[in-house]
Amino acid sequence: MSTNVLEDVSFTIEPGQCLAVLGNNGVGKSTLLKCINRICSIQAGSIYIDGKDAYKMKNKILAQNVAYVSQKSENSNMTVFDTILLGRKPYIDWDITAEDRQIVSDLIDQMGLNEYTLRDVSTLSGGEAQIVMLARALAQQPKVLLLDEPTSNLDLRNQHEVLKIIRNLAETNEICVALVIHDLNLAIQYCDRFLLLKDANVYSNGGIETITSESIGSVYGIEVEIIEHKNKKLIISNNY
Amino acid sequence: MSNITSEQIDLYNRYIRRKRWILFVTFILMIFFALFAMSVGSIRLSFLDILKTLAGQGDQLSNTTIWQIRLPRVLAAILVGAALSSAGAVMQCVLRNPLASASTLGVSQGAAFGAALGIVVFGGGVVNSANATSAITINNPYIVTLCAFVFGSVSTLIVIIISRFKRNIGPAGLVLVGVALSSLFGGGSTLLQYFTDDTKLGAIVFWTFGNLGSANYKELIVMFIALSLTIVYFMLNRWNYNAMESGADTAKSLGVNTRSIMLVSMTFCSLLSAIAVSFVGIISFVGLVAPHIMRRLVGNDYRYLLPSSALAGSLLLILADTFGRSIVAPVILPIGALTAFLGAPMFLFLLFKGGENNYSGK
Repeated sequence: MSTNVLEDVSFTIEPGQCLAVLGNNGVGKSTLLKCINRICSIQAGSIYIDGKDAYKMKNKILAQNVAYVSQKSENSNMTVFDTILLGRKPYIDWDITAEDRQIVSDLIDQMGLNEYTLRDVSTLSGGEAQIVMLARALAQQPKVLLLDEPTSNLDLRNQHEVLKIIRNLAETNEICVALVIHDLNLAIQYCDRFLLLKDANVYSNGGIETITSESIGSVYGIEVEIIEHKNKKLIISNNY
Repeated sequence: MSNITSEQIDLYNRYIRRKRWILFVTFILMIFFALFAMSVGSIRLSFLDILKTLAGQGDQLSNTTIWQIRLPRVLAAILVGAALSSAGAVMQCVLRNPLASASTLGVSQGAAFGAALGIVVFGGGVVNSANATSAITINNPYIVTLCAFVFGSVSTLIVIIISRFKRNIGPAGLVLVGVALSSLFGGGSTLLQYFTDDTKLGAIVFWTFGNLGSANYKELIVMFIALSLTIVYFMLNRWNYNAMESGADTAKSLGVNTRSIMLVSMTFCSLLSAIAVSFVGIISFVGLVAPHIMRRLVGNDYRYLLPSSALAGSLLLILADTFGRSIVAPVILPIGALTAFLGAPMFLFLLFKGGENNYSGK
């Protein structure tokens, strides 16, 4: 017997926006991201990217439009340069071109990875490895960037570092970013749209005004208090 | 910024040039030892004699020794080594399993059973005592190859089904599947041997040791065509394999149709293993060892790993065969036993390292 992971989900993201997908474990956040770039497939409905049906695109074209960084990247024992170069895969016909090498090199520079160019990614710290994965996704020159828990294995400094990079990228490159994140305070600090999922459905979808103690309480099943600190919302749990 | 950028590219280009050098050196070593292998034996020939003979300028003795005996043997080592190793490298990638190879997953044993069935029921293997180096000939190589392919594919199919439906089985678990399949097909082969006549029994037993001397030019051409087509397919997909090294989800997000690549690649791998097994018998572990040595030297980049694994496999088989022919000459040690001596320690090493699920065993 099969059950639907997600039903009746509808939302849009504009270029330059950062959408946080929020909800309890197992609600289907990761599945939602995976449906956008066809890692999982949808049984009904449609997904449009820049006005084109994602489910009618060729694999290669879809990969030129949508990039994805999974929750846990497998250890592939490749160098930083080679890993980022993989992001050029959707553009490679027979072999890489000087342009591909240039794009990778620029990204290494932009992300501050210069001293790690030929280092094996598995020898880097969690934060550095996450930045390499982001760089690989950016090498795809996507219109949409999907990030599944990009900060889950990072320390506090790296969490902010990585989210700052993502935020800047969304704005400067006009990329639509959708990210699954568990830390609500990080989400409200770096994202501008919030999709709250509950019981396989959308509970709410909108700007910061949708983040209230009622909505969080209802979605996560805990009591929270939202306070203002330096003109920013801060969520504090009352369950202690 | 542009200076830093061009520095990065220079650094990477140097790194790539190093891989090309390793590839070139492996090729030169392979050619050198191929000539060396043709020079050693009961009739010693110098490199000059060999080159002259190959150029059509040799005397009758050299002509017979090289063209009839040693060249087909060396060519068999080159083709079988390349076939098993490139298949091993690709299996390790598409199954995400560092322990994968035709022999550890039971594909070779399945093919061996199929080939034995082909010999006993359809074609028939005969002992040809007129020619010591090709003691076993298979009357109808195509039906034997076909049977080997069918049963090699049965093993492959079972491995694919189990790896798809029991995803947490892990590398070692999948090898246990290989052990079960090997036992099953080994048992089948034993039953065939038990009920067959002495001539065919001799044929099967001798042939399952692995013997490079049993290949003739006709078989070598079949092997060459199959290997060339497969290598072209593998090389066309080298970027897909690179993407699959980062996991299925990442590969899919990079536009790779992982399911079809896996199925077609595994079919080609079982075809290569089946042809290798049906022409020269079971040669274990080359498909496991050669790719792992080259992963250490050129990394997991399939642009270089595929050709270098093929060359390393050829080189390993040439070395093992030359060693087997010369160590207790005139007795020729079965090559399957020698490669097992080489491969088993490597296999155990990888098994112990297996917990890290790490290809290069670091």
